[in-house]
Amino acid sequence: MEALKSLTAQALVVHRDNIDTDQIIPARFLKVTDKAGLGDALFADWRYAEDGTPKADFVLNQPWAKGRKILVAGQNFGSGSSREHAPWALLGYGFRAVLARSFADIFRNNALKNGVLPVALGEAEHGKVLAALAANRDEALTVDLEACAVSLGGERIASFEVDAFARHCLLNGLDQLGYLLHFEADIARYEAERSQRAY
Amino acid sequence: MSQQAQTLVDKVWDRHIVSEQPDRPSMIYIDLHLIHEVTSPQAFAALEERGLKLRQPERTVATMDHSTPTDPRRLEVLDGQSRKQLDLLRRNCEKYGVTLYGLGHNRNGIVHVIGPELGLTQPGMTIVCGDSHTSTHGAFGALAFGIGTTEVSHVLATQCLLQHRPKSFEVRVDGELPEGVGAKDIALAIIAEIGTDGGTGHVFEFRGSAIEALSMEGRMTLCNMSIEAGARAGLVAPDEKTFAYLEGRDFAPKGAAWQAAVADWRSLSTDEGATFSRSLTLDASKLAPMITFGTNPGMGQAIDKDLPRPEDLGSDQAAAELQKALDYMGLESGKALLGHPVDVVFIGSCTNSRISDLREAAEIFKGRQVAEGVRTLVVPGSQDIKRQAEAEGLDAVFRAAGAEWREPGCSMCIAMNGDQLSPGQYAVSTSNRNFEGRQGRGGRTFLASPRTAAAAAIKGCVTDPRTVKAG
Repeated sequence: MEALKSLTAQALVVHRDNIDTDQIIPARFLKVTDKAGLGDALFADWRYAEDGTPKADFVLNQPWAKGRKILVAGQNFGSGSSREHAPWALLGYGFRAVLARSFADIFRNNALKNGVLPVALGEAEHGKVLAALAANRDEALTVDLEACAVSLGGERIASFEVDAFARHCLLNGLDQLGYLLHFEADIARYEAERSQRAY
Repeated sequence: MSQQAQTLVDKVWDRHIVSEQPDRPSMIYIDLHLIHEVTSPQAFAALEERGLKLRQPERTVATMDHSTPTDPRRLEVLDGQSRKQLDLLRRNCEKYGVTLYGLGHNRNGIVHVIGPELGLTQPGMTIVCGDSHTSTHGAFGALAFGIGTTEVSHVLATQCLLQHRPKSFEVRVDGELPEGVGAKDIALAIIAEIGTDGGTGHVFEFRGSAIEALSMEGRMTLCNMSIEAGARAGLVAPDEKTFAYLEGRDFAPKGAAWQAAVADWRSLSTDEGATFSRSLTLDASKLAPMITFGTNPGMGQAIDKDLPRPEDLGSDQAAAELQKALDYMGLESGKALLGHPVDVVFIGSCTNSRISDLREAAEIFKGRQVAEGVRTLVVPGSQDIKRQAEAEGLDAVFRAAGAEWREPGCSMCIAMNGDQLSPGQYAVSTSNRNFEGRQGRGGRTFLASPRTAAAAAIKGCVTDPRTVKAG
């Protein structure tokens, strides 16, 4: 996982609530056996017509949208399935942070394990971000994981919470498997105790 | 801790703590890990990359379900990409020593159907799978939840996960369900009430007389839909019905071990005086058959109500979301949904493909015909269920009515296997998600119970199942 300490980047807004994982990446793209190349499938049904041509009115298809690293959405982002293909697709497109009012649990976990930072904002702070981007779509945002803060034009507008361990892993580019393996003795002890059970 | 009154969730949780460190999530042990072809390839690849072994191969069990054709010709119609996924799962299972109930196996089926059927799912267990509907297994008093592929690799390598203790959310349903109303209707009513994120950060415990009265199949349907309300898991305290369901199944304890297990399982209920983070109470006697009209499972209501109006909603954002959903669905606010034409009826999925679901649908189909122009698919959840249904003659009822009787699998719930809607088509579906395009790009889904789906099939439109008597 690529570390993320602080990110200053331009953003894209898809202001809808309940953006589910089937919208983030439809199930027909789940027939892969690796993680690479899913960026093209991100928001596929909103992004492309059935013949594969980009839809002119969708924000990801605007010429100015290229290379943006922050996605801004509404409430309950990532609801639905456990498919990790959702953060793989976001990452594949280039997004490193999603700012939303709230996130579904499994998506949040999956995103954090792949270097995509879910930032839940309060109503007022979320409104400030939307207003700023409505006034100037090229406005850069700073998402600072060390300070757990979001800034706009150098001014801190929101703080956010992240699970302490997930933050530690993301700041240092660590994955959690290494940490788990370190507890081999505890697992062995638990299993030994467990084997004493009568069933 | 043990002196205090505890919830069922906390009891199960405490049994599985392997290690707790400051500023770290708890490390919990996973008793049963279920895998399938779609979310496991990259997890095995992660093991390979690090040269790791599977810690407990006998605690992982595999099936093939998501992309398997339900056409009786199966392998002939399998597409290349799906074939590659199935082949890879087979190779991984052989290499790592995992039992596979693959395509062609006589116990094959949907992962959340075969777990309980084989007796793998047991009270008090922690159960995970790279699939959000793992919550289904909570019907047995297990703490069961969906995980991503990275976590699948964690379980393969260590049999453990890093998790925060979930908060408990009591969902109490008392009273007697009216005729024609079942577990699916309870689930849709709960989600309509609290929304698709109402349970975020929580685990539901379903309690009350209406829950106790449900069959194990009904409890599975209810727990299955927990995730649609945002709760990763939902569970029901095990009782005599649970034990009766499990006794004698392949992987259930036998003999003295069975006695010991049941004695232990009886302790798995919420203590009197234990507190929940949140509570919701529903009166079962006031429930009606439910149906969704929108593009998430929270957009549902009693089937005989008129469609909601955006202008009646509190916020502009909510009004805009509802209007978008109605536009996608091609529906007009304020109008009735009853009588709306239907193109496809799907009876199946990990939510509603069990024998009781098929019996419920067959009662409606018996002696009747599917309406002209409606395609009806009946997809049993497993080979076991298929055999049972055929022994009872249900397949003959479906076929005589003009419905398709298919091979088991996830089928049109996730539409990865060729069973799908065409753009613009309307389906009444017993599955769990009505998201845009979920059952095929441009397809439009009304979620409902097997009874309501069957009624729609014979009438050719959205129909109140209370108006269609058993045939």
